[in-house]
Amino acid sequence: MPNIKELTDLTTQVRRDIIRMVHKVNSGHPGGSLGCAEFFVSLYQELLETKEGFNMDGIGEDLFFLSNGHISPVYYSVLARSGYFPVEELNTFRLLDSRLQGHPTTHEGLPGIRIASGSLGQGMSVAIGAAQAKKLNNDNHLIYSLHGDGELQEGQNWEAIMYASAKKVDNLISTIDLNKQQIDGSTDDVLPMGSLRAKFEAFGWTVLDIEKGNDIEAILKGMAKAKSLTGKGKPVCVLLHTVMGNGIDFMMHTHAWHGKAPNDEQLAIGLAQNPETLGDY
Amino acid sequence: MKTYTYTEKKDTRSGFGAGLAELGRTNPNVVALCADLIGSLKMNEFIDENPERFFQIGIAEANMMGIAAGLTIGGKIPFTGTFANFSTGRVYDQIRQSIAYSGKNVKICASHAGLTLGEDGATHQILEDIGLMKMLPGMVVINPCDYNQTKAATIAIADYDGPVYLRFGRPSVPIFTPADQKFEIGKAIKFTEGTDVTIVATGHLVWEALEASKVLNEAGISAEVINIHTIKPLDNKAILDSVAKTGCIVTAEEHNFLGGLGESVARVLALHHPTPQEFVATNDTFGESGTPVQLMDKYGLNSDAIIKAVLKVIKRK
Repeated sequence: MPNIKELTDLTTQVRRDIIRMVHKVNSGHPGGSLGCAEFFVSLYQELLETKEGFNMDGIGEDLFFLSNGHISPVYYSVLARSGYFPVEELNTFRLLDSRLQGHPTTHEGLPGIRIASGSLGQGMSVAIGAAQAKKLNNDNHLIYSLHGDGELQEGQNWEAIMYASAKKVDNLISTIDLNKQQIDGSTDDVLPMGSLRAKFEAFGWTVLDIEKGNDIEAILKGMAKAKSLTGKGKPVCVLLHTVMGNGIDFMMHTHAWHGKAPNDEQLAIGLAQNPETLGDY
Repeated sequence: MKTYTYTEKKDTRSGFGAGLAELGRTNPNVVALCADLIGSLKMNEFIDENPERFFQIGIAEANMMGIAAGLTIGGKIPFTGTFANFSTGRVYDQIRQSIAYSGKNVKICASHAGLTLGEDGATHQILEDIGLMKMLPGMVVINPCDYNQTKAATIAIADYDGPVYLRFGRPSVPIFTPADQKFEIGKAIKFTEGTDVTIVATGHLVWEALEASKVLNEAGISAEVINIHTIKPLDNKAILDSVAKTGCIVTAEEHNFLGGLGESVARVLALHHPTPQEFVATNDTFGESGTPVQLMDKYGLNSDAIIKAVLKVIKRK
């Protein structure tokens, strides 16, 4: 049984990492990162079946692809705290000569990253390719991917969504971070997308909602359900209802912190709301 | 002077199809993807023999490039197939981020390049693809000249670990390279020895360069014809060794002069051995409908145009 207290403590520490990283370089994307902290912790601590060390081909293990690469702070923090690279390296986020580029990349050889992302809308196609390679290799492990909801405005997603069901890519769980925010405002203001459930279902996917997307127990339960739905001829979509900026009160429920770093005072408030649990890097 | 003849004409895309079929038999990691142009890309033989290793993507080239990138994660060697226009300009950012920047072992195989696509017109006749692809860091760019060379190149790129752009065409053109040739990426091939002018050509223009060299030879001009099938990485040494002897050069390609082989050659010469150069290429223009021969004549991409360029460049020595 997962130890929820330990996962919660790790999530609190990840939140500290996120805002400290973006504060130090006065750039980066804290809002979406904070909203997905519980998901990443659940994914890397409980869900993914992985091998020791990092191998690009990932044969015999579950793989994860981040399509909305701008939430790199949460990705880097959770990868480091899951043992992929030293936690101290978080200090180098967005600095010259760092492996922790503004957006994730394979280019600098950072363990844990299998594709560059940042230019939006490309990750689902890549995840599908990796899923089809698993089938060719008779590898029964799963592909997980994460996408922003605003990112679904990119047309390539719909090519991929159409293809995945047509080709019965049923070893794929694509999660949509449904925070209903994007840079210029709420998704309903910028470009309303209607019912994502109806759209994915119309395209032939199995869809399930995780209404409490910032609740670790709800995520674990929902993702276990999602996993049970794989292998049945359809790709699986998880609509993860999250709060952008979760865990830092003044950053919550707004797009304002999509790509903005806190100042010294705001950092202090955010850190006070998330007391150190595992030790800062 | 060594002269070249041919007994058969064939399209270079069929060379790709034959090479892909051979890879299907010899390399179990090779997989193929197509965006609804199987027949045009001559991929049928591979598909018939390896249906489980073929992915019909539908008319969705962006998705195809992403899926190809993903297939490499798991050890596959994906060959994507569609027209050159839809292999490059349409999906530039997908190639840039998911393939080139990510360092993925994808072979982007592009047919119907250039004006010789013919009657479909400018919407399909890309003359900018070499430039687009050679600008991507780490991308290898290859434009073979006939059926045999295209087949050999297709087979060779499977053994190279990294992204490759392989460009070929639609019309039947003379087969004049040997069937048993070994294709070396980045290694130019000297077809004729000459002393008065260097002609560096790629793709369909190589045969035209050889035809031009025959006429020039009869007029007492000794032309050294070099086939640059790999535009990136460029065989600098082959070019510099030749111009050290001839003192002038003509580059010939079925592509805009902006971004093409000619510009790559000009850079090498500017850095190491400034040399008079003339460019046989399209002149910053779109194409139009017509037969391949009509188009190559109208846009100055044939042996006559090469001869004119040679006569001009020799005077600039």
